[in-house]
Amino acid sequence: MLRKIPVMVCAVCGVFMAAQYFIVSGPVSQLYGTVLDWMQIIFVCALLVGILHVITRQIKNISRPGPERWYAMIALFGIALMVVLGFGWGISRGSPFLWVFDHVQAPMQTTVFSLLAFYVASAAYRGFRARHAESAVLVLAALIVLLGRVPVGEIISPYVPQTVSWVLNVPAVAAKRAILIGIGLGMTATAIKVIAGMERTYLGSGGR
Amino acid sequence: MILRHGKMPQVSSVPFALLLIFFALILPSEAAAADWYAAERTPELAAVIICAAAVLVSVYLARGRRFYVRPLPGVQAIDDALGRATEMGAPVMYLTGWGGDLARPTTMASLTILSHVARRTAAFGTPILFPSHDPVVASAAQDTIQQGYAAGKRPELYNSSDVAFVTQSQLGYAAAVDGIMSRRKPGAVFLLGSFEGEALILAETAHNVGAVQISGTDSTIQLSFFLVACDYTLIGEELFAASGYLSGDPLILGAVRGQDILKIIIVAVLLIGTVLGLLQIHVFAEWFG
Repeated sequence: MLRKIPVMVCAVCGVFMAAQYFIVSGPVSQLYGTVLDWMQIIFVCALLVGILHVITRQIKNISRPGPERWYAMIALFGIALMVVLGFGWGISRGSPFLWVFDHVQAPMQTTVFSLLAFYVASAAYRGFRARHAESAVLVLAALIVLLGRVPVGEIISPYVPQTVSWVLNVPAVAAKRAILIGIGLGMTATAIKVIAGMERTYLGSGGR
Repeated sequence: MILRHGKMPQVSSVPFALLLIFFALILPSEAAAADWYAAERTPELAAVIICAAAVLVSVYLARGRRFYVRPLPGVQAIDDALGRATEMGAPVMYLTGWGGDLARPTTMASLTILSHVARRTAAFGTPILFPSHDPVVASAAQDTIQQGYAAGKRPELYNSSDVAFVTQSQLGYAAAVDGIMSRRKPGAVFLLGSFEGEALILAETAHNVGAVQISGTDSTIQLSFFLVACDYTLIGEELFAASGYLSGDPLILGAVRGQDILKIIIVAVLLIGTVLGLLQIHVFAEWFG
């Protein structure tokens, strides 16, 4: 019974969320808005649990010998500092909280994002080695697109940029749409399985 | 399960009974429904009915039958990757990406695969690392891994510190996962779920630490990165079919068969639309908006 109740709640909510898309009446829209508000409330509660879990995990890591101890100390210090700054001086413009965000967190995030440029190059180097026919096609298409995107492509031949447009607009879009149709059908089938109670992963049992 | 038991209506048959009542009420009386029914969405409603019917009928017909499922290299490589991690004495890392919460079907499909991975790692005695960007996903994963270990008769393997929420920030999540990968050096990394800009950062770090990478996502942009950066990639619907493939459950495989039937219908519609378009008959295209 304990397992059937959440399945039934999920089924009713699933049907409601599907049905409300086709209904334009006021009460249903209001109920839909209320459901969205409840989702936010549940998420905030789950976030609090998550933050508590982060703090307890870092405290545990501090008590263990090894390099994790120092990372845990920095993480806990960061959490405590932001809480003190936020509650002490607010989060408005010019506050210490926002200063730390703009001058510490934002540059660190930008640093991580900048890694992407190097990783694109290293992944391209591995991916574009023509080991078999499919890779050779990939390399050829990549070379044409690269050439067509720089001025020298136009100088070599006016057909190069036109070929690039054709590659990007015809075979690439066809493949993308085929994949998207497959993904869409997979998502739809999963949603139907969830509403029908066949898929119970959200209960934490891996669908069993 | 839907339509599985003939004696009494089960929990899972209730929503479809409600849907049928809803459609029966609105469809015949268009005039009465004009005030509250979004008539411009009728094509979507027809699509929902066709999809639901195809999947449910396939599930119904699947009872007690065995289906042949085309071998998926990415799924077949799962056991090899787990075995390699075990031989190396390294943990396994499982990521569902920054892009999806538990409401997303991709995350649900990924957690179903996680359940299988947890049971296999329990049999091998290999720990799983599951850093998450979403506290709800982390909570569901904790339960899934715990039950997987219990099913594998190794509940003592479970360590709550290894399956945890790290941060909601996208690049903070990427940095945290990169740090864990660099320190713990997993032997196999599963990147299955909804990924965004962090996808390549994670896949390349996994390659740098020498892990086997098995990936799959619902984002076509990130899929192209995974294809060049990872050892195995589940493309498109393969991620959703993998859960049925791994479970071997005829009902789940029946749903996969339903997806295939829908694909045939879509291809037929595309062909009919193309032929009618060439004949300058535009009614079909107009109906689809």
